Formats: sequence, structure tokens, C-alpha cells
Amino acid sequence: MSDPTTTTMTLDDLRRILSESAGSEGGQLDGDILDTAFTELGYDSLALLETSAVIQREYGVEIPDKVATPRELLDSVNGSLPAAG
Amino acid sequence: MTTTVFTGLGVVAPNGAGTEEFWSATLEGRSGIADITAFDASGYPARQAGEVRGFDPAAHLPNRLLPQTDRSTRFALTAAELALADGGVDPGALVDYDMGVITANAFGGFEFTHREFAKLWSKGPQFVSVYESFAWFYAVNTGQISIRHQLRGPGKALVAEQAGGLDALGHARRALRRGEAKLVVTGGADSALDPWGWAAQWSGGRVAASGEYRPFDRTASGHVPGEGAAILVLEDADAARGRGVSRVYGELAGQASTFDPPPGSPRPPALRRAVELALAEAGTAPAEVDVVFADSAGLPALDRGEAEALREVFGAHGVPVTAPKALTGRLHSAGGPLDVVAALLSLRDGVIPPTANTDDVPEEYGIDLVRKAPREARLSTALVLARGTGGFNSAAVVRTYDH
Repeated sequence: MSDPTTTTMTLDDLRRILSESAGSEGGQLDGDILDTAFTELGYDSLALLETSAVIQREYGVEIPDKVATPRELLDSVNGSLPAAG
Repeated sequence: MTTTVFTGLGVVAPNGAGTEEFWSATLEGRSGIADITAFDASGYPARQAGEVRGFDPAAHLPNRLLPQTDRSTRFALTAAELALADGGVDPGALVDYDMGVITANAFGGFEFTHREFAKLWSKGPQFVSVYESFAWFYAVNTGQISIRHQLRGPGKALVAEQAGGLDALGHARRALRRGEAKLVVTGGADSALDPWGWAAQWSGGRVAASGEYRPFDRTASGHVPGEGAAILVLEDADAARGRGVSRVYGELAGQASTFDPPPGSPRPPALRRAVELALAEAGTAPAEVDVVFADSAGLPALDRGEAEALREVFGAHGVPVTAPKALTGRLHSAGGPLDVVAALLSLRDGVIPPTANTDDVPEEYGIDLVRKAPREARLSTALVLARGTGGFNSAAVVRTYDH
């Protein structure tokens, strides 16, 4: 569980949450996936809904419906978080 | 008229995961019934079940499907994959809309739902998995099989307790005969051996507190619940020949479903009519039936009713009767399809599996129950019966198929 007052969400955090909430096949989330669409990574709207629910519980922020890639999701989360420190 | 044939079998049973494992256990009398291990059942009035032990879902399913599937759906998906492989079906090489999925389910996703509901009341709604939305649902097995293998033809789900599995086979046959599909993945899957599911089962009043399932025995005191899946590939015989199928297990020659009149009605129970309608559809005379795989409720009143229907149709001791489900427990919607698998293998091997546990069949039942040891016989036609709590009756006729 991350501490929202001191932590930003990283791509590895997202990899873990995606894997735990919607599963992942070996290696699918490796490499530079920041700009790969979630649909291309095999995550449908329901998988993103489940992922968003977990992020909301862990980080206390809501994810807008329209995020299409990991970068957009991370920007959205980190833009909503209080500054680290 | 279209002939519908079984070309693939997939089994996940308490006494054997895999068709041949199940079949050898059935012939050798190896039981899958034992103390429940899924949870501590020591405080419950009944403590034995036909549990599928040592099932590792991660070994059978893509990781993506694990967060969204109940145990029953994992059984269904595993059995479906086994059936497709057994039938040599490569869905990618066939027309997706020519392949359907028609399955039965009686309980929904009990274990998954139990877990998510525990989160709901202990932590709050935001902790409940979004997958609860469909993981609980009776139709989810049909949907998941369809999505995984890209089978886009007719999709249906039947809910009729233990009778539903044979009903599903009947609907699959109908879809093929109407030309709606050339191949249907069909059968049933059920599991409810979490504490909540278990409470739902034994509170129904038909579960043997003794843990002993003795169909048609004078001392029968109920059944033992089981879990598992039996999924079969049913195919238009011409289409099967067209894709080069070399092995056909047999033909689904007829199926019929009936519903009992309400309690207290002067009308007779409807099991006999289901048998007669299925035989009529198959164009089979009672004398041509070589073996009956009975519903075998394991309660004297229900056993007597089934024996009476068999006597009326076949005459006293007129046909061998068996209940291999004494080794698995009642698998609910998977029970009928699993009996169809056993019937097809009986036809193949010329042997009737015995009814374990039953020692003393009341003479007035008038049935020739195969007991103790397998009985060798020339077999070409089998009748499979299933009754579902609440009045459902279903009968299926399978027979050998000659090209």
C-alpha cells in the first residue's frame, strides 16, 4: 500500500496493480509500454475499471474514464496527488 | 435430417481430471468422495463431498482469466479446452459463426461471490471486484468459453439444477438440426463447496449427513454433493466428416425435457414421459435400450419413483441400470453430461460401470442394478436420465454411430 502523501505512482506500480487486478501473461507488461494503448495490451474496459478501483483505494484519486495509455493514467494520478515531500 | 454426433469429450471430475482418468476410476471403483478440504466443515451436519482435489487453475488457464473466474468457470473452461483438443477442433480453422456454446449451470459462482460479499460487508463496496458483475452468473461459462475460443454461433445457458446438463445437450442438438451451427460445445459445470455454497446444499434436505451415497439402496439417506465439469463437442455428422474427424464417440439420438406437476396434483410425475419422448425422438423402442444411467437421487421416495418409471417403460428387470455417480457425488448441471460421457465410453468398450456402495435394492423396485463389478455386454444404445430439484426431468438417448 502506497502512502499518498509521499509517493508518486510509477510504471512499476501500475504493472503490479494491472497484474493483480486483471492478470497478465508473461512478459506482456515488460519494456516500454508507456504509450501502448491499454486495449493493445489486452485490457478491456472492465479490466480498467477494476484497475481504477484499486488505484482509487491505494492512492485516493479517481481515474477519468478516458485514459487510454499507461502514460495518461500515470499523469492523471500523479497530477492529482499532493506534491511529494 | 441432421445426425448429431459426439466428437470430443472433456472431463474434470472428483475421481479423475481427464476423460480416461475418470473412466478408469469409474470402472475400478475409485471414489472421489471424502472429507471436504476446501474449508473446515467439521461443524456442519454433512462433511463429505465429491471435491476435485489438487486442481491448479494456473496450470490450465491464462493468467488473465484468473482474477475474473469462479472455480466452476475454471472447471468449465478446462473441460471445454480438453473437449476441443480431444475432438481435434481448431476453432481458428473453422467459421466462427458455425460454432456455438450451450452450457448448463445450477449454482452460479458461489465461491467467488462468497469472497466478494465478505469484502462488501467487512470493507465496503469499493473493495468488491468489478468481475463479480459476471463471475456469479449462470451464463458466464457459455460466455467465457465463447470468448476464449472465438465461438460466435448460438450461445445459451440452461438452469434446471441436475437436469440442466442434459437440457443443454438437447438444445445443442436442436441448434445443429436447425442449421444454426455445425458444431456446439455443450455440457455443464458446477461447484459450490465454499461454506456458503455448502450451507445452501445441505439445507435443501437431500444431502446424506452420513456422507454415504447409496443410490437405490434400502438404506439410502440422501446424496453427496460433488463438483466438476463435463463438456462435450456435439457436431453435425456431415460437418465432422467434412473436417476429417476419424473418431466419433456416438450419436445423440434423442433428448426430451418434462416438468413434474405440483405436489398434491393427481397427475403422475413426468419422468416417464421424458423417457418416452426421448425414445420417440430417437426412433428407439424400449427393447433396443441396452443400459440406463439413472438419475439416482439416493432418497427412497425419489429412487422408488425413478424405478417405477423404468419398470413402466422397460418392464421389471427389463434393462441394466447403473449409477456411476455414486463415486463422484451429484455434480448438478455437470451430472447428466458426465453420465453421457460414461455412457459413450460404455458403448465404446462394451462394459457397464457398476454402482458403488449399493448393497440391498428393494425387490419391489424391480430394477436390474449393476453392482460390485463392471458388467460386460454388447451395447449400442444407452439412456441417460437426470432430475433437477423443483420438478425438472431430462432424458437423453445416445447410441453407437456407423459412418
